[in-house]
Amino acid sequence: MAALLESLLSQKVDIIKVVDWLKSAGDEDKLSISELGLTVHKEEFVPFLLNFLREQSSQALTHGPATPAKTPSRPRPAAQTQVFSEKRGCKSASGGSGTRAASRVQLFSPSFVSPGPEGSHCLSGVTAFSSPSSSTTWSPASRPSGSERRGGQRIMLGDYMVSPPDFQHSPSFQSQKSRKKSGGNMSLGGRGRGGHYIDETGGRRSVRGGEGYGRIIEQVSPPSVGQLNFNNLEEFPPVGSSPISPAASKPTRRINPTPVSAERPRSKPKTCFTSTPFSKPSSPLSGVVPLEGSMTGGNSLSLQEERELLKKEKTKRAQQVGSPQPSSLEPCTPTKTVLKTGSNVTPEQQTTCPEPSKVTFSLELDLLVELYSTCISENLVPNIFLELFFVMQLLTSRSPHTHDDEQESLCAAHSHSDILERCYLRLVHNCVYFAVKVLENQFQLVAHLDKCTLRLLGENERVASFSPHLRDLLTQAQDKSTAKLSPSVSTFIHSVPFQPDTDNRSNFSSDKAFHIFKKQRDIFYEVLREWEDFHKEPGWNFDTALGNRIRGMMSQMTSAGNHSHFARLFLKQLIQMCKGPRVNSTSGDAPDADLLGMLGAEGLGRLKRLEERLIQPHGVVGPCSPPSFPGYQEFFRDFLQAASCCQLNQHLQDSLCQQLLQLDEVSILSPPASICERDKEEEEDGDMEQQDEKQRFSSVLLLARLLAKFLGFISFLPYQTSEKPSREIQDTAIALRSKSVPVLDVCAVLRNSIRRRRTILTVPWLVEFLSMLDFIGPRLLCYRTTLGTLLLLYRRLVLDRCEEMCYLNKLLMVSVLGWLFQIPVIPEDIFFTSEFTEVAKVEESDINVAGLVSDK
Amino acid sequence: MPLVFRRCNIKLGLASGAATKTVKQLFLTAVSDLTPSQVALSQLCAEACVDQILFPSSKMRLSRAEYKEIVRWTEKLRPTRRCMKILKDKFPSHSQSTLLSIFSLEYQKWIKRTFSRHHVPDVIESYYQRYLSEAKAQPTAPVLLELANEVDLSPALMARIILDRFLQGQDGGMPSKSVLNSMLKEPSLIPDQILASNVYQCTINDCCYGPLVDCIKHAIGHEHEVLLREKLKEKNLSFLDENHLRTMGYDKTPDIILEVPVAVEGHIVHWIESKASFGDDQSHQTYLNEQFWSYWNRFGPGLVIYWYGFIGELDCQRDRGILLKDCFPTDIVTLCHATQQDRSPESQNKDKE
Repeated sequence: MAALLESLLSQKVDIIKVVDWLKSAGDEDKLSISELGLTVHKEEFVPFLLNFLREQSSQALTHGPATPAKTPSRPRPAAQTQVFSEKRGCKSASGGSGTRAASRVQLFSPSFVSPGPEGSHCLSGVTAFSSPSSSTTWSPASRPSGSERRGGQRIMLGDYMVSPPDFQHSPSFQSQKSRKKSGGNMSLGGRGRGGHYIDETGGRRSVRGGEGYGRIIEQVSPPSVGQLNFNNLEEFPPVGSSPISPAASKPTRRINPTPVSAERPRSKPKTCFTSTPFSKPSSPLSGVVPLEGSMTGGNSLSLQEERELLKKEKTKRAQQVGSPQPSSLEPCTPTKTVLKTGSNVTPEQQTTCPEPSKVTFSLELDLLVELYSTCISENLVPNIFLELFFVMQLLTSRSPHTHDDEQESLCAAHSHSDILERCYLRLVHNCVYFAVKVLENQFQLVAHLDKCTLRLLGENERVASFSPHLRDLLTQAQDKSTAKLSPSVSTFIHSVPFQPDTDNRSNFSSDKAFHIFKKQRDIFYEVLREWEDFHKEPGWNFDTALGNRIRGMMSQMTSAGNHSHFARLFLKQLIQMCKGPRVNSTSGDAPDADLLGMLGAEGLGRLKRLEERLIQPHGVVGPCSPPSFPGYQEFFRDFLQAASCCQLNQHLQDSLCQQLLQLDEVSILSPPASICERDKEEEEDGDMEQQDEKQRFSSVLLLARLLAKFLGFISFLPYQTSEKPSREIQDTAIALRSKSVPVLDVCAVLRNSIRRRRTILTVPWLVEFLSMLDFIGPRLLCYRTTLGTLLLLYRRLVLDRCEEMCYLNKLLMVSVLGWLFQIPVIPEDIFFTSEFTEVAKVEESDINVAGLVSDK
Repeated sequence: MPLVFRRCNIKLGLASGAATKTVKQLFLTAVSDLTPSQVALSQLCAEACVDQILFPSSKMRLSRAEYKEIVRWTEKLRPTRRCMKILKDKFPSHSQSTLLSIFSLEYQKWIKRTFSRHHVPDVIESYYQRYLSEAKAQPTAPVLLELANEVDLSPALMARIILDRFLQGQDGGMPSKSVLNSMLKEPSLIPDQILASNVYQCTINDCCYGPLVDCIKHAIGHEHEVLLREKLKEKNLSFLDENHLRTMGYDKTPDIILEVPVAVEGHIVHWIESKASFGDDQSHQTYLNEQFWSYWNRFGPGLVIYWYGFIGELDCQRDRGILLKDCFPTDIVTLCHATQQDRSPESQNKDKE
């Protein structure tokens, strides 16, 4: 693959040929280029390209979380990888057990968290962006269920846009330098981690980012333990251990992650150089190496210093927050900044203003854009939103303070050595150029973002200076955009009404059972209210506070045989409270909040809220957070865990299965056939009937996803392990579990759904169900087959192609599937394999039409 | 003597169907042929019961500070008419029923704290012997009442203790509760004439304990439920009452369930519970645990009316679905005629303090 990219960049191979090959449907997996004697597989080339881009840009992206790269590649020629695999292997074998493993395991946070020695296997890029400490905190709320997840991402993308460094030059903010800084931080690094350590994060980022690619190799040869352990210590020092005891790490969330920063000062000058010697023997695999280099010999001294800095920054911010100054928010918002930046003065020394004229390697960049865009368009990447996130990062990247000239010369000098070693994305100019080009290329996708994000993009200085055309398009798209961030649902709890038909005495076997249930209903709500009042208080623990009461209730229930009654109450209450679009009550986003309006006018209270919103870590971290139980769902999950009552679980399972399958059968009216062509306009203008139908569909979909998640949770609960079991244990478990019937025949459900063209309803809830899998689950035949089928489905859902299915439906499916492939328990290797082509054949025409757009 | 109780029952029966304005009259007729002291007490109670209905302007939603001030005063008082008068004069801006209810609750708390020291065999024995000797000396004097006042015990409870001891002495065994209760209600059944008249004097001079008070309380409670139903009918709101609900097999039943919920002051109301007492911390907490939350758990958010007022600070669960009021709400918004109803509350605002 490296050779292919190399020959492309040196124009020995025609880009059109490669793009055509990428576009060709799955049957032509191999590309043979006879003149060069090359044969390349798609599954190898795509991850290579993705990793290449991330490595390239790792220097420029000094802010925000790293875009995870869950892109293990297929085995490569041994000669190339051997050198690294050793180091990588050991590195991830032990080091991996720290942070990343933890957040992969996050699935059942926090009680399940405790990464294993084998962590490296299960690591994925997903974790890279979730800082160790934050992962413990955000997990419950991090993934709003349903399509809102994407909403969350949008917010985030928008936020990143807010404060590219150049905004800070605006004269109006000069007087508020320090405050401004923190403001900038907030929105830069702020997603979920608090923004203090932008820079620090950057440092870690690059390392972590590299980590992702590094893993590629580690897959190849079994990890050998022992050699470079120092690196690990460095990369995941004290911090790394924090997720293991999640409770403890919570309060210190902001400060802990520092270690990262230790590398930064060195990594800046280093990477390019050190990488060379390392990579020489194996030629093209450069990116992996710099990280190695940068990681060696970090000293705790600098770490300490960084910590002190962070502490200072924290207190500084605390003070600022303490004294609310309405005006202090300005820099965070795009309003004035964006409009005025043109006239800016005193550029900060830290950053460089990207200029189109300073772009280097533009030819090669165009080529990369073309390749990259094709991969995105053709669903060859595991998750298109992840890539979009990466592009946004590039767009808002800040180059290190080195002078342009110096940097250029460095890179130029370097560039002679190897085509792939050139610093295509080292300079901020190049990053922005690349990002803007990709955005242009992917405009159809971008145009589906929400209004706020579109406006932020459209008002972005960099976009304007690099491509006025794109800016105009964005401005136009803004007016048409109907995508909204789902408004938060009121936090008022409703109870399940008493229904004489099901709840009065005649439904119980005895007076005693009736009276016990009367008490149990009251206890259940008492527990719920207590949870609502206290669960956010520090040190509050579900099991300590409520566990005994719940277990007492369960034992009474068992003596009275009331499980079915309670299961019904439990599920009804779950649906009542969690079905709404967004249950994440922590982030009270005003629906489609108009930041401009907010700032222009009044209301200290309003500003305060805004301030809180900007300062507080957001519910969503990074582009794809691991599965979680946001909002009230957390209560129900914890309740089930505390109760650990097998009778109750069985009743719940029965009832969930039944309800899910019923929902899956719900009739869906197809929208008029013509919708695909003129997607947006057409859809929103649908008549009342169609609007109702959409509403109904989205309600069914949300409900099904909720139920499926809980069904998955309960079904795989007995098999959950905090660590990935060893291969032998896995094999035994597979042999054992393959004998019993799974709770839900997912294969049949999916097959049936594809045949009946109802995937738009089935796939999103199946994804929720599968996201709850335990480590062994995906290796069981039925789930493996299902995953394979889903993968094939994903590959066929090319957004650009106008098929029977309308754009938004496809977007929904692509995004939920993309998310599933990024989930920790789903083995990384699943995406870049071709093994499923035989396992499950999906007829192109079978990918259905039915279903209405649900993500409104 | 038994007349009082019978009359009360009559009143009770009548009241269910009667219009509110007649309540006070009913009471007055019910007590018309009683001795002056009986009349005085009954009237006090009747006024307490009725004045809120007739004069809703008095202040009933008290701040905790105001409440504490009243409580501080009640500590010095005993359950006598004179004391009630003192309290009333001290706090003229508060309705009499509120004061009486607060006093009653406080007195009950005090009795609960101190009753154990009277309810010990040798103490009982000493009271009994004192009663016997004094009654023998002055057969017509209210010796038992004076004894109760002297040792700081509720007269009605003193009567119960002495009667209990008396019956034990008569047939040796423990008298059954029902016999004891019926004799307290109907002192003429007591074989000993002198004791009967002493018990009667105790009962009638106690405004916090005893069968007379129980009866009055019950009547007042019922009265307000009737009043509530009438108000609802006036407003054309359809509802199910406790009796309906019980026959349908509900396990917990508030006084009223609205068949179509309404909004009161911006809060949805599915059920209404009427409480003809003052809502203080302790009683409200007990009601929350035993009743209000259970109602919420089954029927969603609802409204509690403490007709004799409550501590304002307790009304803190509005957002969670329990709304407190001291009168029938005036600004009710119904589902169907929201716009029409929106205007009407303003015209009624004068009713609302």
